[in-house]
Amino acid sequence: MRFVDEYRDPAAARALIARITEVAGDDHFKFMEVCGGHTHTIYRHGIEHVLPDTVELVHGPGCPVCVIPMGRVDDAIAVAQTDGVIFTSFGDMMRVPGSTGNLLEAKARGADVRFVYSPLDALRLAVETPDRDVVFFAVGFETTAPSTALTLLRARELGVTNFRVFCNHVTIVPPIKAILESPDLRLDGFLGPGHVSTVVGNRPYRFVTEQYGKPLVTTGFEPLDVLQAIDMLLAQIRDGRCEIENQYARVVRDEGNPRALAVLAEVFELRPHFEWRGLGFISQSALKLRPEFAGFDVEEHYRIPGVRVADPKACQCGEVLKGVIKPWECKVFGTACTPETPIGTCMVSSEGACAAYYNFGRLHREVAVTLGR
Amino acid sequence: MCLGIPGQVIELLEVHEHLARIDVSGVGRVVNIGLLEDEHLAPGDWVLIHVGFAMSKIDEDEARRALEGLQLLGRELDDELQALATSRITAEEGGTR
Repeated sequence: MRFVDEYRDPAAARALIARITEVAGDDHFKFMEVCGGHTHTIYRHGIEHVLPDTVELVHGPGCPVCVIPMGRVDDAIAVAQTDGVIFTSFGDMMRVPGSTGNLLEAKARGADVRFVYSPLDALRLAVETPDRDVVFFAVGFETTAPSTALTLLRARELGVTNFRVFCNHVTIVPPIKAILESPDLRLDGFLGPGHVSTVVGNRPYRFVTEQYGKPLVTTGFEPLDVLQAIDMLLAQIRDGRCEIENQYARVVRDEGNPRALAVLAEVFELRPHFEWRGLGFISQSALKLRPEFAGFDVEEHYRIPGVRVADPKACQCGEVLKGVIKPWECKVFGTACTPETPIGTCMVSSEGACAAYYNFGRLHREVAVTLGR
Repeated sequence: MCLGIPGQVIELLEVHEHLARIDVSGVGRVVNIGLLEDEHLAPGDWVLIHVGFAMSKIDEDEARRALEGLQLLGRELDDELQALATSRITAEEGGTR
């Protein structure tokens, strides 16, 4: 119980673990945490090792950097290499490999690629350099998409004509549906994402209970939050209930953030389909700019190669993202693929399952195995 | 990018709507608060910030817990705070109506 002593309330954690162990009994339960932030918490705090063997956590597709397919990175690099373009990106995307390298390498070859903290910083750059086209590489789930939307509304208000967005925003519900449809994986319930749910609320997850009969508990990012959510999932199963519950009510409201949802609806529409790394094409799973914003849309303004590129053969990010294999079961994990020289996206982002496991979980697991748990 | 960082509202900036100066780990940062329009933020309130935008209003206890959790991240929190330090959101482009 080395880890538990480090939790905020060790006594509460022990009580939860005891109840989880008792309720799980001899059955085996598999719960998926959808959000990369949860994956990080689970490895960072050794949660897998304080849980009984009967409760298994499976990591889902909720790391927005991890799910961007290689072809889109290639498209981003092609735009970045266009004359006159200043290409701006969050730091997380800079090291994601495309088929001919990443954005940092494109920068080394002469492209004007710059890191920004916020889409508003990209817009400021556009205002300050009116003779250049400033492109913002927009990625993220509904947590970051409203920020891009507000920035675009501001750009329109200011009459800025040299600001453009390469939109790769994705939505949280379709990949959950895709996983539930997948024959590879049998799950008993979900830990619902935290920050995304502050925007979308809990209502969009109703299909998980209504159509697929799986419970879902939206949860926070402390170890105690995750343990409590697992306890709530098991209690539902024990009592024969199947509900959407909110463990993170101190931040997440059932209705989400109506203002954020309104700006999303004003600026974006759903794409007919979008390719996800590992999950393939998922219909209506990503956002594009509405026609009223076409002037700001990179895909309307530049010739995008749009070539679909298969992942490197050795890379098993797809299976990791679907929860079919664990990070350490990938053939190149920790050998050819490390955070310093990532082959796949899951090793790039600190919220990717592979990077989180490489940084924290690996050692925990070795210790746990050595000590015979 | 996915980290939500807690900050405390110092003052609402009147130059343009929807901007506030927010104390993040002891440094005042300009942040867009347009998505929390309905919360009627006031100095002293706590918010979670993502990529230059306040995304949710939280209470002081939650802010403290979130910050403690982030501090465990070490380098990643440092990276995020450094990234935030490069940000220069100004009234000219950063406000929204």
